[in-house]
Amino acid sequence: MEQTPALVVRDLLKSFPSPAGGRVEVLRIPSIRLEAGQQVALRGESGLGKTTLLHIISGILEPDSGFVSVGGSQVTGLPESGRDRLRAERLGYVFQTFNLLQGLSALENVKLGLAFGRGADTKAAMAALDRVGLAGRAHHLPRQLSTGQQQRVAVARALANRPCLILADEPTGNLDGPRSREVIKLLRDSAAAVGSALLVASHDPEVLGNFEEIIDLAVLNQAPPQEEVV
Amino acid sequence: MLFLLIRRGLRQHLVSTAVAVLLVALGLGLVISVWVVRTEAEQSFTRSASGFDAVLGARGSKLQLVLNALFHQEVSPGNVTAEDFKDIKNLPFVDRAIPIVVGDNFRGVRLVGTNADFFENLEYAPGHVYSVEPGGRAFKIGEKEAVVGSLAFHQLGWSIGTTFHPFHGLDYDVNAQHSEIFKVVGVLAPTNTPADRVIWVPMEGVQTLGGHDPSTFTEMSAVLIRFKPGAKAAGLMLDTRYNRQGRRLTLAWPVAAILSDLFSKFDWFERALQALAYLVAVVAGASVFSSVYSSMSARKRDLAILRALGAHRGFLTAAVLGESACIGILGCALGFGLFGLIASLVQEILRTRIGVLFDPWAWNPIMVWGPGLMLALSIAAGAIPAWRAYRLSVADGLSPLS
Repeated sequence: MEQTPALVVRDLLKSFPSPAGGRVEVLRIPSIRLEAGQQVALRGESGLGKTTLLHIISGILEPDSGFVSVGGSQVTGLPESGRDRLRAERLGYVFQTFNLLQGLSALENVKLGLAFGRGADTKAAMAALDRVGLAGRAHHLPRQLSTGQQQRVAVARALANRPCLILADEPTGNLDGPRSREVIKLLRDSAAAVGSALLVASHDPEVLGNFEEIIDLAVLNQAPPQEEVV
Repeated sequence: MLFLLIRRGLRQHLVSTAVAVLLVALGLGLVISVWVVRTEAEQSFTRSASGFDAVLGARGSKLQLVLNALFHQEVSPGNVTAEDFKDIKNLPFVDRAIPIVVGDNFRGVRLVGTNADFFENLEYAPGHVYSVEPGGRAFKIGEKEAVVGSLAFHQLGWSIGTTFHPFHGLDYDVNAQHSEIFKVVGVLAPTNTPADRVIWVPMEGVQTLGGHDPSTFTEMSAVLIRFKPGAKAAGLMLDTRYNRQGRRLTLAWPVAAILSDLFSKFDWFERALQALAYLVAVVAGASVFSSVYSSMSARKRDLAILRALGAHRGFLTAAVLGESACIGILGCALGFGLFGLIASLVQEILRTRIGVLFDPWAWNPIMVWGPGLMLALSIAAGAIPAWRAYRLSVADGLSPLS
């Protein structure tokens, strides 16, 4: 029996209003498909639209047209509340700047990853922290953790609800070489452990070198080249 | 999780949160205090009229008569003769007529002369009669004996058997000591009325003190009057007799209306205080708005992260409104504390200086609508920041910091 793909993107088109009037097309993606548990890197220099693509996949942004589904659930066309629920239940998101809430402990940050889906379950959050080796620092505030540890908490938060797809946007942008490799390994191992597919957007060759499968956005994106995409 | 985020938001901007809470507390504390002190003080004064319907005294101000005879304030406007007392006492609709003689003090505590009727089943409130505490007794007519009001008794630090020399006049003058010696024979059981603040002695004891005019030995300062139940026209009849047709005497009736007139003289002050209190309440609302707005603006990224994690718009709105509601609730709790403080000060002043029992915690609708209004104001102050949170663009909020 065929497994439901973790991600399907088809005929995706996204444009933004241009300062000069009219619209600037930033993404024209014919197709992306990730099977369940598949781990892929998305290569692209800054400004090529990696973040925009991840935002569309996660339902934060709506495309002009096209089809996106995550874990068999169609994202495009869903009302906003439905996209919120989808992010809460089926997606994990790792940001470049960690995006931990500063006043909350590591444990509370991880619980946030569960709060809007399965519910803020302390046991599950502790288990997620344990998976990234930070159970002993559950009650530390982000500022009391190193940058590498903060990114581990961010990974734990993304994995806590056992999503079918994890999106990572330049997850090592703020880390040095050894820590960067460490986080990518953790991300890959953890995603494999919970059975999540993984899509890592990066321009860093060191990160990309860890992946067997790489999608080159510059090749895939058929939108006319832009000076800069904001 | 919502509460956790609200708590975090409040703690992250602790100073502006604390200022907003204090202003809400100040606004509510002042609004309730002004309101309760006004309404409850008037009721307390009326209750403290000691169960009398009217006061008969020399020609003069009704208010002065009431304050002098019932509240032991001010000076007596003049005397009532023994014949006038006998006349009114014998009227068929007069239930009780108690003579009052003032004019002396002991270190500022007034001596009030009266007769034995005072201790004979005289009610100062429904079901409560003036009585002497166990271990003491009522004074004997013709003797230099005293029954001391409970407050005065503690204030002077006396005991049963203490003797004292009264001083002439209503104000204490160390050089105006009478030679006569009075003996304390009892303590008036607490009544929470101005009767607790004075020293009660036989009427003749005050009238015949050395230095007093012998021609006034049978006169009294005022007569406290209670009408028989159902004698509704009595007050009107006596009002016509003494106030309209007579020229020598004044009947202060009805006591409650005269006290109400007293309070109405302070209306302008009350209105000024109310305006001040409402102004503080509005400033408090502005402060809540400023605190929540700056908190929300500073946490736009956090709110965007929450949306990226799956929080719906309503959750963010609730978190922001929750912050303003928490400020309102904390402020209201503290406001009640402030009110308690102000009220206990007023209570103590009224009790010790006038003898009026003021109960600030007696039911008053302001205790519900006051906090309700402040809470509504606080939540309303959070409406604009909440709307901004609702309208927040997740993609913009998540854009990298540079």
